[in-house]
Amino acid sequence: MPSVLELLNAALHRAFAADERVYLLGEDVLDPYGGAFKVTRGLSTAFPNRVLTAPVSEAGMVGLAAGMALRGLRPVVEIMFGDFVTLIADQLVNHVAKFRWMYNDQVRVPLVIRTPMGGRRGYGPTHSQTLEKLFLGIPGLRVLAPCTVGDPGKLLEHAILVDEDPVLFVENKLLYLAPLQEAHLLNDFTLSQSLDAGMVLSPDHPSGLPAPLSPVSYAPTYTLSLQGAPPPVLTIAAYGYMAELAREAALQLAYEHEGFVELVVPTQLAPVEISSVLASARRTRRLLVIEEGSQTMGWGAEVVARCAESLGPDLRRVRRLGAQEVPIPASIYLEAAVLPGIEEIVGAAKKMV
Amino acid sequence: MDNESLYRSLYQIRRFEEIVLEEFPRGRFSGTTHTYLGQEANAVGVLSHISAGDIVVSNHRCHGHFLAYGGDPRALFAELMGKETGVCGGRGGSQHLHWRNFYSNGVLGGTVPLATGMALAEKQKESGSTTIVFLGDGALGEGIVYESLNLASLWKVPILYVLENNRMAQTTPIDRHLAGGIAARFQAFGILACELETSDVLEILPVARVVFEEVRKVLSPRALVLHTSRFGPHSKGDDTRSAEEIATLRRERDPLEIHGKRLGPDAVKQIRSEIAEQLSEAFHQALNDPIPG
Repeated sequence: MPSVLELLNAALHRAFAADERVYLLGEDVLDPYGGAFKVTRGLSTAFPNRVLTAPVSEAGMVGLAAGMALRGLRPVVEIMFGDFVTLIADQLVNHVAKFRWMYNDQVRVPLVIRTPMGGRRGYGPTHSQTLEKLFLGIPGLRVLAPCTVGDPGKLLEHAILVDEDPVLFVENKLLYLAPLQEAHLLNDFTLSQSLDAGMVLSPDHPSGLPAPLSPVSYAPTYTLSLQGAPPPVLTIAAYGYMAELAREAALQLAYEHEGFVELVVPTQLAPVEISSVLASARRTRRLLVIEEGSQTMGWGAEVVARCAESLGPDLRRVRRLGAQEVPIPASIYLEAAVLPGIEEIVGAAKKMV
Repeated sequence: MDNESLYRSLYQIRRFEEIVLEEFPRGRFSGTTHTYLGQEANAVGVLSHISAGDIVVSNHRCHGHFLAYGGDPRALFAELMGKETGVCGGRGGSQHLHWRNFYSNGVLGGTVPLATGMALAEKQKESGSTTIVFLGDGALGEGIVYESLNLASLWKVPILYVLENNRMAQTTPIDRHLAGGIAARFQAFGILACELETSDVLEILPVARVVFEEVRKVLSPRALVLHTSRFGPHSKGDDTRSAEEIATLRRERDPLEIHGKRLGPDAVKQIRSEIAEQLSEAFHQALNDPIPG
């Protein structure tokens, strides 16, 4: 039973072997240390000329990688802790995400930035955050998040080898250790996947302008329905590690509370693609959107807004669940009170059905 | 390049930028722009040495670099007018240009790691291309510049940093925005830096050639610091210097005056008239070009 970490590591090795244009820039990525979370372990030994260990220069790394991407390489940048994405904001927003569009489609920026978000390790306020919401909705930037179902390795490999546009690949520290829920393990669930890759700039404002990035050909949304259960009465939308917690919550809700939910897990957070969420919410009429980051202006807010716009009064109950709106404390006891866990998900769901 | 060709290049930039400042108030262009008046010798002196595969990265004040690089004046006029035929189809405007191996962006400092990464890529690809990035004294306020210099030196990146010190960051004079020395900043990272205090293209040319060839040969970063003068406003209407100060600069530091003396008044007049007409035609063509969408 491979862990998500092992799958991501294997994907990196495959990508490096497949294409000599693939490079890695990161801090402390050289073997034997192999990176702070070991996602890059083995790469510097196998591909010594293409793994660059950098000084503590997040912005510099991303800036250089952007230049490399513009000139035909396929760089991957590791930002050691997701909290440090604040340091790369200018490069991402004002450079990387804009080149293709503002240069009139003359260039491509095939750059992948990977970083672990998330808490529950007691690392404290500046090493535990879930900050991807800051980069959702930046035109020209794709944001992806692997989870414990499907093929996280393929998601990363595709982003590196095939996607011509910049990707922020949001990993999660606890997700690393989580085992992949392969089909035979998902006994209680039916897993279906859809590849919603379409992209409309804005249906209400047809400007005739093309989108600033190409639709991606692999960023599935997974729908998990309980096998042999009555039709679900609640849709739970979640991504990344929270989707795994939601999956466990769904089992608890079913077995202990006879509440049947359907779980929808996108891997593409931006550009927002929620056809599967809508399809499910249209059936259940109740929507709970979960994220590990704080709720204000988060992914959940966007999903709820779009569902409300599409479904109107057909959507009867809607709620979001996220972290408490405080910095994340270091004490594991305090941290547990701030970050949403299985208990909170079950509690929120019960109130809705 | 002979003296006449050099004068043509210098004057093309000069006249282009004059047209920009003349036509903006008439509503022919939209947005903002940052003219290169007074600095022409830098672009012409440095970019005379590049080959087709070389890469040039510029900043918000990019017209001079673009034209010296070989960019089309009509496409540049059209870009400022927001026309479909513009360098970037009207999407980028004055500060955000890309054509062949020329790139510019308007957020100061950010172009430096970009250019550094480009140069690194070319080294890895063994393409033989060299990269030049132009930055100004103002950009030295941004931390990302120093991250880039550190990386360039550590990773032996074949890039030439050309620092144009016009002693003004928008409306802020250098004694209010820069502590320490300019060349010293590059040297602190082990990057050798040459320095020139001149507006004479013939003084810049040989030094630029030597430094450029060195980058090519040793595949390592170098810096060329050009102390220069900006005659125009930062963008439009935002020149806080006194009329006397600017007049003095125009009198003493005009690259066209300095180089023009080598040609004689008749040749100068002839060239200026030709270039002015070419640019006027380019301007009017752009005026008639279609709007996008």
